[in-house]
Amino acid sequence: MSTTEAVAPAKAATGQRIEHEGLLDVRELKTYFKLSDGWVQAVDGVSFVVEPGQSLGLAGESGCGKTTAALSILKLLPENGKIVSGDILFDGRNLAKRTEYGMSKIRWKEISIIFQGAMNALNPVRPTGKQIAEPIVLHEGVSDAKAMLRARELFDLVGINPKRINDYPHQLSGGMRQRAMIAMALACNPKLVIGDEPTTALDVMVQAQILDLIARLRRELDLSFILISHDLSVMAETCDKGVIMYAGHVAESGTTTNIFDNPQHPYTKRLIKAFPNIHEKREMVSSIAGDPPNLLQPPPGCRFCPRCDDRLGKCETETPQQIEVDPGHFVACHLVA
Amino acid sequence: MAQAPTSTPAKKNGKGRETVDPEALRTATVTDGTLFQVRDLEVFFPVREGFFKAMVQTQKKYVRAVDGITFDVKQGEILALVGESGCGKTTTGRTMLRLEAATGGQILYKGLPLRNFSQRSLREYRKKAQIIFQDPYNSINPKQTIFDIVAEPLEVNKLVHSQYDKEERVIKAIAEAGLRPARDYLYRYPHELSGGQRQRVCIAGATVLEPDVIVADEPVASLDVSIRNDILKLMVEHKEKLGVTYIFITHDLSLAWVISDRIAVMYLGRIIEIGHTEEVVSNPQHPYTKALISVIPVPDPEGKRVHTILTGETPNAVDIPPGCRFHPRCPEAIDICKEAAPEDVHIRDDHYAACLRLNEG
Repeated sequence: MSTTEAVAPAKAATGQRIEHEGLLDVRELKTYFKLSDGWVQAVDGVSFVVEPGQSLGLAGESGCGKTTAALSILKLLPENGKIVSGDILFDGRNLAKRTEYGMSKIRWKEISIIFQGAMNALNPVRPTGKQIAEPIVLHEGVSDAKAMLRARELFDLVGINPKRINDYPHQLSGGMRQRAMIAMALACNPKLVIGDEPTTALDVMVQAQILDLIARLRRELDLSFILISHDLSVMAETCDKGVIMYAGHVAESGTTTNIFDNPQHPYTKRLIKAFPNIHEKREMVSSIAGDPPNLLQPPPGCRFCPRCDDRLGKCETETPQQIEVDPGHFVACHLVA
Repeated sequence: MAQAPTSTPAKKNGKGRETVDPEALRTATVTDGTLFQVRDLEVFFPVREGFFKAMVQTQKKYVRAVDGITFDVKQGEILALVGESGCGKTTTGRTMLRLEAATGGQILYKGLPLRNFSQRSLREYRKKAQIIFQDPYNSINPKQTIFDIVAEPLEVNKLVHSQYDKEERVIKAIAEAGLRPARDYLYRYPHELSGGQRQRVCIAGATVLEPDVIVADEPVASLDVSIRNDILKLMVEHKEKLGVTYIFITHDLSLAWVISDRIAVMYLGRIIEIGHTEEVVSNPQHPYTKALISVIPVPDPEGKRVHTILTGETPNAVDIPPGCRFHPRCPEAIDICKEAAPEDVHIRDDHYAACLRLNEG
């Protein structure tokens, strides 16, 4: 942990510091994907703030835009993806307006990501340790030997025996690969780590180990963390704040206590009931009839309206605004107004 | 094994074993509501090794995927086989359909030993026992229409004689799987359907034969929550309305808890705890079950519980630890656990757990 010094923000390629809240302030972000028959409005006006040291969960069903929102922060979108408007303010700089070269200085050094499928995210023909050392050499300009030393420390930090530094990914178990991915994300002492479904496809016990590891590292290294997950239960257990997304919009956001103890949006309520709570009375989990809308031509008004049981007349035409029901607890629903 | 069956219910084959012919299978009935009796089942797979190792080695190595398990499956119940990867739950399910051969012990279906089924009995048996796989993207043929996919089992088994009859049965199965109106789906291709709809097609393909039992191998692991819950409801509906017995294989104990009647928790080829779902979950006895339940995330940020996180991972099934196979990871292990293998201990009703420490006072 010797190189924690951040680059002075004033030196950043795009010039001035911009005033904003927290460490990361995403404002009205719109990210669209171009297809042959139009633009898919995958993320359509999403705002949230991550405070230093805080963990924020982005949750929702597949296709709700949670991964797109995260990839927009790092500008790792596929070629047909484009940030159409909005700001991503990180530590005084607007990432939405930053060039690819400018981003390459921020990626991994200040914001890093843990990808979902550790087997696919690691290069199968290179030793794991070398892959962890690579960003250290690139960003810190140290020698290979020093970077490998740091990689060993990182292995130890995430609970893998440093002797296995030269193992290839296939020699590690699923849980260890995910640990190696975490080590890689921490290689350059970032301030913010994004976990894109970091425990999906892992066994329950291994999931518990990984979540425990992430919690410990957050405490020890004072990290900010964004967890992207379809699993509300995982979010409830690990995050301070939550953002529930539906079809490219934010349905509800607030502290996890706000969201789980006092959900206001009909979608949030239904989604929470879809997850079993093994410590409560046994009941059938509920499902939400219908499918999410096609985001090529999203319905006007509230996007959840076609599947909502409590819809009002104006839900079909007017897009609901974010309403603050409690301090810091926002809901986008006409029923609340 | 393939012998022409005669009218006598049992006939010896070349190895001196009595074969079960299709007639015996047709007339067999369920006694005491028990559809399957699995007794000391073992399924070992030989480990492939290089030439040199094979020459110097004195003992052949085996992956002991299933290593002596005994349980019953009652007619019309959902029995959940729960455990982490490599615990042998899938192998158990596949062996019950004779998709894998048992290397020891036996499985009785309606009192008839599965290993003695003749080829023709097996064909008959497979009309009664079906399987649903995890991945609805790879388990159906992308070049067939939904109608062809669901009709194929009927054709293969020569169960329909007219086009009309076939259509009727296919439409009924598709509607029962929750794709309504069924006629709208008949001539679509899998790529036109969502993941959940595809899984429903797989289910229709299994139920079109009106089976007694369906082995559902992680049927919801790759689906979104809302769709996942629909499929779980469908399984409960099939059980209640059609009397289908389900063997629900899952790694997710909380899903097993939601729909199953009984749960069998597996670890490294053994059943370590079995019993009524609510009893096992509310009163777990085996340290492994206790730990598993403690780490299941719940949608309640306030209800933070003490997580018993086990260290390490399930060892591989080639070098199984001596004594109780769970002892290296067990938070409650004592010296004796390293030597003695635990027997099933009766807790109450039909709740059993295999832990040595349950014998203490």
